[in-house]
Amino acid sequence: MNWFTKILTSSLGKKFVMALTGLFLISFLVIHCTINAMIFFNDGGATFTHWGHFMGTNTIIRTLEIGLIIGFLLHIYEGLLLWKQNRDARPVKYSYVKHPEKSKWYSRSMGLLGTLILLFLIMHTAHFWIPNRTHQFVEGEELPLYQMMLDIFQNPLIVVLYLLGCFSLFWHLLHGFRSSFQSLGLNHVKYNKTITFVGTAFSIVVPFIFAMMPISIYFKWIQ
Amino acid sequence: MKFNLKVWRQKNANTPGKLVDYSIDNVNADMSFLEMIDILNDNLVRKGEEPIAFDHDCREGICGMCSMYINGRAHGPHHAATTCQLYMRTFNDGDTIYVEPWRSKAFPIIKDLVTDRNAFDRIIASGGFVSVNTGQAQDANNLPVNKDDAEKAMDAAACIGCGACVAACPNSSAMLFVSAKISQLALLPQGQPERDRRAMSMVSQMDEEGFGNCTNIGACEAECPKEIKLTNIARMNRDYFAASFGSQETVSTGEGH
Repeated sequence: MNWFTKILTSSLGKKFVMALTGLFLISFLVIHCTINAMIFFNDGGATFTHWGHFMGTNTIIRTLEIGLIIGFLLHIYEGLLLWKQNRDARPVKYSYVKHPEKSKWYSRSMGLLGTLILLFLIMHTAHFWIPNRTHQFVEGEELPLYQMMLDIFQNPLIVVLYLLGCFSLFWHLLHGFRSSFQSLGLNHVKYNKTITFVGTAFSIVVPFIFAMMPISIYFKWIQ
Repeated sequence: MKFNLKVWRQKNANTPGKLVDYSIDNVNADMSFLEMIDILNDNLVRKGEEPIAFDHDCREGICGMCSMYINGRAHGPHHAATTCQLYMRTFNDGDTIYVEPWRSKAFPIIKDLVTDRNAFDRIIASGGFVSVNTGQAQDANNLPVNKDDAEKAMDAAACIGCGACVAACPNSSAMLFVSAKISQLALLPQGQPERDRRAMSMVSQMDEEGFGNCTNIGACEAECPKEIKLTNIARMNRDYFAASFGSQETVSTGEGH
């Protein structure tokens, strides 16, 4: 192993990769949430389609998309690796565990929450991203994503599954946002409060906006 | 006071263990937890049974030997206290108390509640030497240290290496211990010459011992009898990345031995 892979495969290196890919995926959430929130203009999808078309066809964005996929895969791979190694580090479990107040259930359940988000992502990409990119590749043109949203979110079961996805994302971010700064060594008395505040606000606001999309469409607030 | 105990009994590392029920009566409320086990062992010996093996030494909270996982918590329900500083008045008469050893692959069980914590010693050894001037001790004023840094270094040095952080961590991670040991030197001028190498070697040794990975849950900080802070782990992360990416140092696996 050369020095670089040795660092990245060490226990601290894994935290480092987890934190960097996590923050990268957080930056993706900002863009994704912003573009999708264009549906709230309630203009028959005109603004949304305009920006959706830009994101789906711009060469630079499409190139960055490859980086996004790599970011997702690394984050998922590291997460599964951590889950396995940490489980193996305690071969015999305690018969009785009482978690201290500071140890939050969502912090202990990042693997489970991540898996729920992954299951959601499989469903979500099967709804929009995969058919759209396939269609672009085969036919050379995009699918009517706005109309697809209106159709798909008529199914109450799918709306509920999307809400569960948003809820998992909320808990995952509540630990992940703040945790990534600690992993990168950014624990500083002057900035900790800001990091915690921004992290909590982000974890609430972004999943809430996402959750409002299927809800608004299902209740016909958006046509 | 009367108690029902469920104590982990295990003959050796290779035999599977199990929880065994014991009951003990006439316990003085002001006895420490270890004294209660002493009485229980005395009863067992009188009955011709094998006494419960457990680690203990100073019995005043500074040696880090006592290491019982009591009622689901490292060193029992008290905050910032070791098992020897836990008194039976903490419990209610007639309580059932679970007593288990630290559980981690890196701390194999020797017998009953006694675990082999040599992994910690090997991590310390991997930290290597600290270079100091020989000859007469120099005047303390020759080496100015920021008051705040001195306090933080002292707080980190309060770690007694008991392993409660590993025991309490859902991932069996040793990062609170290792970060305290790295920080106590990294914060002081005397620790600077070997700072990069120390961080890399100790982390490398920690990984080799089979501890889990830190996921910033914070159970270690909550259960640490010496209140070692998570800020030490952040400092270790900074030092490790700075040393790994920035310095010329390289540490090959196993060099810490």
